[in-house]
Amino acid sequence: MTESVAPVGRGPNGPKPRRVFSRRNIFLYGILGLVACYYALPLYVMVVTSLKGMPEIRMGNIFSPPVEVTFQPWVKAWAEACTGLNCDGLSRGFWNSVMITVPSVVLSIAIASVNGYALANWRFKGANVFFTILIFGAFIPYQVMIYPLVIILREMGLYGSFWGLVLVHSVFGMPILTLLFRNYFSSLPEELFKAARVDGAGFWGIFLKIMLPMSVPIFVVAMILQITGIWNDFLFGVIYTKPANYPMTVQLNNIVNSVQGVKEYNVNMAATMITALVPLTVYFISGRLFVRGIAAGAVKG
Amino acid sequence: MNHQITHKGAQGRRPFRPLRNLNAKIAAIPMILTAMVVFVGGTIWTVVYSFTNSRLLPREQFVGLKQYERLWGTSRWQVSIENLLIFGVCSLVLSLVIGFVLAALLDQKIRFEDTFRTIFLYPFAMSFIVTGLVWQWILNPRLGVQNVVRDLGWDSFVFDPLNNADIAIYGILIAAIWQGTGFIMCLMLAGLRGIDEDIWKAARVDGIPAWKTYIFIVIPMMRPVFITTLVIIAAGIVKVYDLVVAQTSGGPGIASEVPAKYVYEKMFQSQNLAQGFAASTMMLLAVLIVLIPWAYLEFGGRRRD
Repeated sequence: MTESVAPVGRGPNGPKPRRVFSRRNIFLYGILGLVACYYALPLYVMVVTSLKGMPEIRMGNIFSPPVEVTFQPWVKAWAEACTGLNCDGLSRGFWNSVMITVPSVVLSIAIASVNGYALANWRFKGANVFFTILIFGAFIPYQVMIYPLVIILREMGLYGSFWGLVLVHSVFGMPILTLLFRNYFSSLPEELFKAARVDGAGFWGIFLKIMLPMSVPIFVVAMILQITGIWNDFLFGVIYTKPANYPMTVQLNNIVNSVQGVKEYNVNMAATMITALVPLTVYFISGRLFVRGIAAGAVKG
Repeated sequence: MNHQITHKGAQGRRPFRPLRNLNAKIAAIPMILTAMVVFVGGTIWTVVYSFTNSRLLPREQFVGLKQYERLWGTSRWQVSIENLLIFGVCSLVLSLVIGFVLAALLDQKIRFEDTFRTIFLYPFAMSFIVTGLVWQWILNPRLGVQNVVRDLGWDSFVFDPLNNADIAIYGILIAAIWQGTGFIMCLMLAGLRGIDEDIWKAARVDGIPAWKTYIFIVIPMMRPVFITTLVIIAAGIVKVYDLVVAQTSGGPGIASEVPAKYVYEKMFQSQNLAQGFAASTMMLLAVLIVLIPWAYLEFGGRRRD
């Protein structure tokens, strides 16, 4: 008590106190905090629901933390949840998604990086025309191009297979990735390229020995962009693969929105959580690079 | 940048030599194929076949504008377009406003900026399917928000957008805003950071309040950012599909149908290809209406490299 009384008599001297609780700060952090709650809430609800038993869900409040934590819904979502007649859980969709995402990411980045390099450093006649068409193509609704692609894939014998979908992802990932790589390679010092040319290095030599080692960050950005984008895709998965090859998002939707049976909300939320886990992990690990990746679309060349 | 010609000082026309720069041309083959076969070829193909009466398989029996007449006479398509308009206008305005306000708040040199940004942006990493399913659960009338509020004592509280045909599309809007605004905020934040610090100092010296500086100085300066963001949002709105499938499957009834869903179902479920082509052509038209003025403003008016 005595300590808190003492300063009163001394009057205002000493350094001006930093006003942590100024009106401006309360207002600012208050709003940000509230908004942050709104954004964080669904993730919280997802996690909490997936850890409750069904009786508890029926009785209680979706926002209350689980009284009795159970991992049963996660196990069931992973290994037993049913889509139609198949009851082997989300694990099948997970592995399908892995089988789709890995080659798609590799192929699309390989094509786009070489292409961006050709556009940045080895401009040939007409290159910019094709590039402009490619960029404008990124804005065309997919719906206009999906059926012609079905025909093309059918002719190639790839319709319904993983590789068909990999090809589709590479095609539709090309505009943004090419733009990303072209802009990056254009920003590298030109003297480097010229010096290598003088030393007699060719197209592939310069790409592999000079450009690649210098562009690790942009490859990481492209990978983040593609992994999240392809993992989260639904439309192409449902169109270009057959049910046995459905990616995780499609299977998740089929599990949760199936009309038969009693709705098990905890299993549904566990399944949703499992599906979201891969892109969320990528997001939380990559941090600022993720921002750079998604903002790449907005950066004009 | 034209390394090939500058050192020769060639001013005139380049001779036609198809083998020059061969490796670059080979490297560009995937791009050329994608641009010409899929983007241009596919688009033209779909537009052409929208004038046929293809059903299960595409066939060349042209029927003029009949598919379009039927399309615009279908109540489901009308509802889809209406929903797209409501959804489009609302999400454009809301995401621009919310995105900008959040960016402006984060730009006040606050602490924990990274934490806030991480929280605002994480929904963007999740798929529309996940987003739709989570919000379907939160908006569940028996166990979700409505139930929670009723338990607090407000017994007549009603908040059940997903089962009310009149407002189902707004339920989807809530989820879409949650998922997408973080991204818009990031674009806006990048734009705000690009504004010269001196502008702010000058405004402060002149005694202009912060909100006035934003509205009359900063926002007009950020015009390019706003336009780009607008185009990105608009292109995304036309594509909206997964979210609706996951959250309401177009229901109740046809209350929350959207064009992309109509196209998919006509093409792959009800074996009415040409109807799907006609609908997708209308979607293309909608995008062109946004895209062409933008391209004109961006590239037509002033030449830039």
